[in-house]
Amino acid sequence: MNNIAGTKSSLTWAVHISVAVLVIAWLLPTVGLFVSSFRTADQIATSGWWKALFSQEQTLSLRAAPAEEQVQVGNLYVIEGQIFESEARPEIQTWGISSRAVDAFIPGDSAELRGGGIFTLDVDGTYRIENTEPFDVSRGQRVFITAEVPPEFTLNNYYTVVFDPNNIEGMSKAFINTLTVTIPATIIPILIAAFAAYALAWMEFPGRALLIAAVVGLLVVPLQLALIPLLKFHNDIGIGKGYIGVWLAHTGFGMPMAIYLLRNYMVGLPRDIIENARVDGATEFQIFIKIILPLSFPALASFAIFQFLWTWNDLLVSLVFLIDSTGETTVMTKQIVEILGTRGGNWEILATAAFVSIIVPLIVFFAMQKYLVRGMLAGSVK
Amino acid sequence: MHPAILGILTIALGVGACVSYFFLSNLFLDKVLFPPRGPNAGRNINRANLIRPWLFLFPALFVLGLYLAYPVFATLWLSVTERTSSGNVWVGFENYAQMLGEEKFWEAMRNNMLWLIVVPAASTGFGLLAAQLTDRISWGNIAKSLIFMPMAISFVGAAVIWKLIYDTRPEGTDQIGLLNALYLFFGGDAPQTWLTLPFWNNFFLMAVLVWIQTGFAMVILSAALRGIPEETVEAAIVDGANPFQVFFKIKVPQIMGTIVVVWTTITIIVLKVFDIVFAMTNGQWETQVLANYMYDKMFRANDWGVGSASAMIIMLLVTPILVWNVRNARKEMR
Repeated sequence: MNNIAGTKSSLTWAVHISVAVLVIAWLLPTVGLFVSSFRTADQIATSGWWKALFSQEQTLSLRAAPAEEQVQVGNLYVIEGQIFESEARPEIQTWGISSRAVDAFIPGDSAELRGGGIFTLDVDGTYRIENTEPFDVSRGQRVFITAEVPPEFTLNNYYTVVFDPNNIEGMSKAFINTLTVTIPATIIPILIAAFAAYALAWMEFPGRALLIAAVVGLLVVPLQLALIPLLKFHNDIGIGKGYIGVWLAHTGFGMPMAIYLLRNYMVGLPRDIIENARVDGATEFQIFIKIILPLSFPALASFAIFQFLWTWNDLLVSLVFLIDSTGETTVMTKQIVEILGTRGGNWEILATAAFVSIIVPLIVFFAMQKYLVRGMLAGSVK
Repeated sequence: MHPAILGILTIALGVGACVSYFFLSNLFLDKVLFPPRGPNAGRNINRANLIRPWLFLFPALFVLGLYLAYPVFATLWLSVTERTSSGNVWVGFENYAQMLGEEKFWEAMRNNMLWLIVVPAASTGFGLLAAQLTDRISWGNIAKSLIFMPMAISFVGAAVIWKLIYDTRPEGTDQIGLLNALYLFFGGDAPQTWLTLPFWNNFFLMAVLVWIQTGFAMVILSAALRGIPEETVEAAIVDGANPFQVFFKIKVPQIMGTIVVVWTTITIIVLKVFDIVFAMTNGQWETQVLANYMYDKMFRANDWGVGSASAMIIMLLVTPILVWNVRNARKEMR
């Protein structure tokens, strides 16, 4: 619309900026979790994730070598060494020997120790303590170092959460379970609904309009109502809590949407093709399999994505119909809620677990967005 | 058996059973019951065609009936009975009376009403804004798909994401929650524990749902905006309308129908909202909502009567939308 009179260039800039603000606001929460899942527990607990992207000043508390490493040089007792234990040696900016004055000295300075002796620290982390009398405190001297630490990320969280077999809070089992719930719960309703949708779209029979209205009505019935009666029913017929129950439940709860979406699409297919096929002697079953199903692929795909996202992300149905007291059949959403309850402060585990569960829907979402949008447009009751 | 193998078997079995049901029942109808030959060929074809729709419909109607229609009546029945050792006993409206006497129920009602006002309004508003703005710029499609992305994230995942934002560290230490960091940056005095602030914490929970639903609203409204005839907009511009007038006086009135649809769809989602509250506060600190209250009653307190009664309240709140949808659908079919 840029060429239409009345559009001002200042307004165009305002639009660009407002969209950028909106996008950033909508993206930041997820990015925060994503970045956090690559940080160590310490890093997460001490600084905001937005700081992880830049190198930052950090105050570290380290210890020099203990007294038994002292050597006698002439009439002096000396302890020498490297203050950093790991290979990563950030550049020291200031240091101190008391927690009340962590930035009292700069590298190269010498500090007088309270127990006697002189402590010298160089910029690369080598230090030297000398004293005229032997050191007798068994633990090493404490040193506080303020340094510029470059950004550091780790894959350890993913290792612990996904691959560590000893981690009972691990997501690997829950991941497989979720997949086990999701795939049949996506495929079976499509098949059943496709036949029904064809009947509602292209077959003449009394009561058709009424059935369509009923489907539209059932579209909004809250599944909360179904929990107790159906759990009772499942127990009565011997399924109890388990995969069969949750598959059936998802099939039932997804059915109105499936029929509605597919019927709306099928009704729009060209009448000629179907009537020609009928005249040529094709049975309804053949018409359905050979003509309707292939032509309805876009609608089938959009419902498949919907149902996949919905069953993958579901918590309530799994809680009620699947997860029994042994917890063997736990799904990812339940596992995350569990971790939230017991280890709500351990963000490294929480963020990683959450991201493991989010990543699959995100991939599906970005890969098949076209179908998702199409399905949504057809699915919202007009 | 490993659940994955069980899963694959079920897919094969389920799909196989479905296909063979449809195939065999059709075959039976055409070959055995009413074969289209012999003296009654014509009558048989007609009869087969009368029955066939129901063969196609039967599995779908069966699960619809069992999983959605029957529970409405079963829950209604449970809500007027009491579970005793000798079966369910009729108690009339006692469960409802007990529920209405509970402070927690009224808290849930109040909060739900707040959710019902704020979430659909905010989601639709942001969605409309995003739809209108992204329609006019070159990178609009990328922007749209990023705003749309939270739709793919589970409520539980979103709860974790937002809990990190609301996280609180003791005063004096670095804040790791974005909200507290911003609050202190803009001159707040002390870090707040956002989720335990009564009344306001409801809004922090609602933000999660608004964040998820805005994308939905945006996608639908953006399609509606594109469907507006160019001429009406051009005519308004020629007449000297400024962009705001074009938007509010020309475009919005033309997509009012779609706005209502988006609004009601989100309203229904709000009424069923459970996971967010369950994962973030579990109804503590005065954030209870109906769906979580119901879950509490049914599965924690094991009180099926009151639980069912509160489920019926949710049903009651949905009913106007249900009726409206059905009427619209019927109108469209004519």
